[in-house]
Amino acid sequence: MALFDFLQHLLGLQKPSATTARERLQLVLAHDRSDLNPELLERMRREILEVVQKYVEIDIESGDVSLATDDRVTALVANLPIRRARPLPSNSLETKARANPSNPEVLAPGDNPEIPEPIPSQSSELMDVQDAAHEPSPSP
Amino acid sequence: MTAPPARVILICSGKGGVGKTTLTANLGIALARLGETTVVLDADFGLRNLDLLLGLENRIVYNAQDVLEETCRLEQALVKHKQEPNLSLLPAGNARMLDWLTSDDMKKIVGMLAERANFVLIDCPAGIETGFRNAAAAAREAIVITTPEMAAVRDADRVIGLLNTQGVAPVQMVLNRVRPKMVANQEMLGVSDVTDILALPLLGLVLEDEQVITSTNRGEPLTLNGSLSPAGRAYMNVARRLRGEEVPLIDPSRERRGLRARLMGKIRRTTGLF
Repeated sequence: MALFDFLQHLLGLQKPSATTARERLQLVLAHDRSDLNPELLERMRREILEVVQKYVEIDIESGDVSLATDDRVTALVANLPIRRARPLPSNSLETKARANPSNPEVLAPGDNPEIPEPIPSQSSELMDVQDAAHEPSPSP
Repeated sequence: MTAPPARVILICSGKGGVGKTTLTANLGIALARLGETTVVLDADFGLRNLDLLLGLENRIVYNAQDVLEETCRLEQALVKHKQEPNLSLLPAGNARMLDWLTSDDMKKIVGMLAERANFVLIDCPAGIETGFRNAAAAAREAIVITTPEMAAVRDADRVIGLLNTQGVAPVQMVLNRVRPKMVANQEMLGVSDVTDILALPLLGLVLEDEQVITSTNRGEPLTLNGSLSPAGRAYMNVARRLRGEEVPLIDPSRERRGLRARLMGKIRRTTGLF
């Protein structure tokens, strides 16, 4: 068996078991430390995606919300590549109404440059948004 | 002249069987040999073994329970080690103590011990339940001992989290039962893997050593005799570092590497692959 392991290792078919142990531990400790079970994390991931999707079109396939841990600090890391900003329907968002309460009807999508901005800054307290594919929001 | 306050150190691990009691016994003897008045307290009331490792099991008359119930004075309950009179043991009471002992009781006992010693070492029970919490409440600092195994590291992490919330500091780590050959072959977590994951300063590194078993059989901790085995030297170094001495850590990678690691290294060098 040891010889078989050795050959697999030699051929690059199998990682050294210490590497596997390290990876498994890092993952399980991130969960232990945050006291979040995978089910709860998945629910939170879905809700976060829903909220973000209200503002921008994101690539759901490559989107990722996970826990990472470094030096005993666990962080919720969201990596959500943005395809483009969503054209904002005029009456669906309260933020817009608050931004310009006097005349909500006049606001056209892209008119108010403040609207796409708060998304990363509002969420940054909670998570580290790494919008790798962030593009300047096109105005239709 | 007032004596400096005693160092009250909790020795804990979370998981059982990783070497808490062995470390407590060896460290107690080592500190005593270095001239420190030391008391070791067996806080593992359910499964006490510290007396056995120190070879003091036949000399116990009273225990921590008797001291709390005031059926004896503390001096009567303390068992002095014959060869190292600087070291005394306060034996655990019976397992029923677990039902009524509170953290205040624990603080009271430890406070009494701290008045008469430079070092108080608390041998903590495994687990993270009441026994652990009571012991942690009475301690100022802690040594978390772990082995490079998944379950031990995970449990140590839980314990470190609890110690942090209880305000125990500093918390340092002893990595026990390291097998250098397996580490070199990447079949065992290495020292830096464990220190990175747990983010604790390394107080000591103890290699796997069969002498630990024979010394336990005799009830004579390795630090007791002059000619020290590898583990005995490591425990002695832990005691020195605790007192503030700078003692370099042994380097497990300097140990002889296994066949596979040497072969892989050679292949890597000659082919330039992976």
